[in-house]
Amino acid sequence: MIRLVKRPMPSKFWSWTTPLVAVIATMIAGGLLFAILGKNPVEAIRVIFWDPLFGPNADYFRSQLLVKAAPLILIACGLAVGFRAGIWNIGAEGQYIIGAIFGASLALAVYPAESWFLFPAMVVLGAIGGLLWGLIPALLKVVFGTSEILVSLMLVYVAQNLLAYMAFGPLKNPEGYGFPGSRNLQGYPSAFNDELMAGTGVHWGVLAALGAVVAIYVLMQRHIAGFRIRVAGEAPRAARYAGVVPARLIVFCLCLSGALAGMAGLFEVSGPSGQITDSFNVGYGYTAIIVAFLGRLHPVGILLAGLLMALTYIGGDMAQLMLGLPSAAIQVFQGMLLFFLLGFDLLTNYRIRIGGARA
Amino acid sequence: MIIGGIDIITLISMLMVASTPVLLAATGELVAEKSGVLNLGVEGMMITGAVAGFATAVSTGSPVLGFVGGALAGAAMAMLFAILTQVFLSNQTATGLALTLFGLGLSALIGKPFEGVRPPATGKVPFGPLSDIPVLGRILFSHDWVVYLSLLLVAVTWAFLKFTRAGLILRAVGENHDAAHALGYRVIAVRCAALAFGGALAGLGGAYLSLIRVPQWTEGMTAGAGWIALAIVVFASWRPERALIGAYLFGGITALQLQLQAAGYAIPVHLLSMAPYVLTIVVLVLLSVVHRRGVQAAPAALGRSFHAAS
Repeated sequence: MIRLVKRPMPSKFWSWTTPLVAVIATMIAGGLLFAILGKNPVEAIRVIFWDPLFGPNADYFRSQLLVKAAPLILIACGLAVGFRAGIWNIGAEGQYIIGAIFGASLALAVYPAESWFLFPAMVVLGAIGGLLWGLIPALLKVVFGTSEILVSLMLVYVAQNLLAYMAFGPLKNPEGYGFPGSRNLQGYPSAFNDELMAGTGVHWGVLAALGAVVAIYVLMQRHIAGFRIRVAGEAPRAARYAGVVPARLIVFCLCLSGALAGMAGLFEVSGPSGQITDSFNVGYGYTAIIVAFLGRLHPVGILLAGLLMALTYIGGDMAQLMLGLPSAAIQVFQGMLLFFLLGFDLLTNYRIRIGGARA
Repeated sequence: MIIGGIDIITLISMLMVASTPVLLAATGELVAEKSGVLNLGVEGMMITGAVAGFATAVSTGSPVLGFVGGALAGAAMAMLFAILTQVFLSNQTATGLALTLFGLGLSALIGKPFEGVRPPATGKVPFGPLSDIPVLGRILFSHDWVVYLSLLLVAVTWAFLKFTRAGLILRAVGENHDAAHALGYRVIAVRCAALAFGGALAGLGGAYLSLIRVPQWTEGMTAGAGWIALAIVVFASWRPERALIGAYLFGGITALQLQLQAAGYAIPVHLLSMAPYVLTIVVLVLLSVVHRRGVQAAPAALGRSFHAAS
């Protein structure tokens, strides 16, 4: 007879081991999935996880790794703070879109004026855009008690439609021969979020992501606010006695994650993507949720998890190109990873006892 | 009857069809939440049901089998959720999100070969002379069988929760799992059954989207319908009869929005398409205002894991 005994404290060891176990389990299950799809599982796993890092053209792929990981890490850092406090912002995708619209609108409005402070202003506007979009569920929750989960998610669809409206309407490129989509910011030097060193993939968003990791680390581990957030998540009643004001916490967490997601959107639209189109967002806001959990809601963990997820994106593209693996297979793969992680988390919170002895 | 370029009878008739997917999903989720489990994976179960139903219907040529397939696929997804949250005691919010992300990926994978395919058509129920009644005939007696099934399921769910002993046990488990456990009820088994029912209805709703409402398969076609179903459960204060009102209200806005697009009003399409989502938020807010003064309607044990200590 197998029994579960709750641990008095979550196990530190398992807390950091489960992500690794989950990754290995996902590779096995993913291998099975690829085998069902008629691909050689070993080859598929190698193409996804090994070739981008150490295979031919690895230099290019390593730079792409940073490009893809940056938005994931930036968004996940913000989400993790909220998740720690039990505040579920799952609308990062919407905040990402609004941030991009806000920042890009400024550039498109003043085009073709050149100035060194255009780009910083865009970043600030991007953050404000995301922040405001995150403020909506926060205020509705504080004032009316509405679920932030549902509201933040509904706002993703609103943002998506707004994005399409902008791409087909107000922000459409006047010299675009009627095609939807804005001017390409890559051709606008003051607004272009270019690589800082050629060939490395490092643009301002990558630096911002690293900055966010450090800042969130300091906030959560070294600052009283971080302590309050953790207490609020783990023992809400105790937190009230410790002087935590839930309303302030909700507004803070949603605004922080919104602002970071908005910045991520701006870095993407002014850099790798270049244009406001109705489909420039590729779901980083959702994948960042997986990144946050896989990184154990800890900034350093998120850094590693973000790189791993970016690797699955790049490896997935490669596998699509070389093996004809459908692109959706990677989405399934990422979903499975989260499942395994949540399942194996049992080991963190419970001891498994075999035998009928009474506890 | 035409007002402002919009035929009201067509609108109401369309409303019933537009509401059916969310009505089914919301009814299922309502039962699951009544048992104390918050499954945020409705969107994932719906889209899996949509693709499974579509694939089954196309390969067998039978829409009925398609609906069965969709329901089974939805239930299978719900069982995955049940294993993780009930056996492995994982966090329900996170697992629900995982289910949605997984479902979206899985459905895209399965659906690839079915893009651009036309599903076998489902006919309208032959009501004979009934459907010739002016006004009422077009509104009430001109639909396919699933619309009537969804209404029947709402009625059955209502009666089950209100009048049967099993319904009472399910509600007891959702209100206080420790007390229910002490009385000898099998909390985990009840919750798994409720989840499976919820998944089956979500899958059915998804299959309705891909087989009748649209009808074709496109990636991500549920477009938030599962989340709206979750909002409807809150709107309904966990009562099936109110879920019907919520779903029809939502369906009404969707139908109206489509009619406005068709009638050629000078409102940009994308702004009209926002309407159902914005409305959902507005309704949630209005409802929270009402609830502030009234009773707490949510099942007391909603979202909490059950672990028998001894």
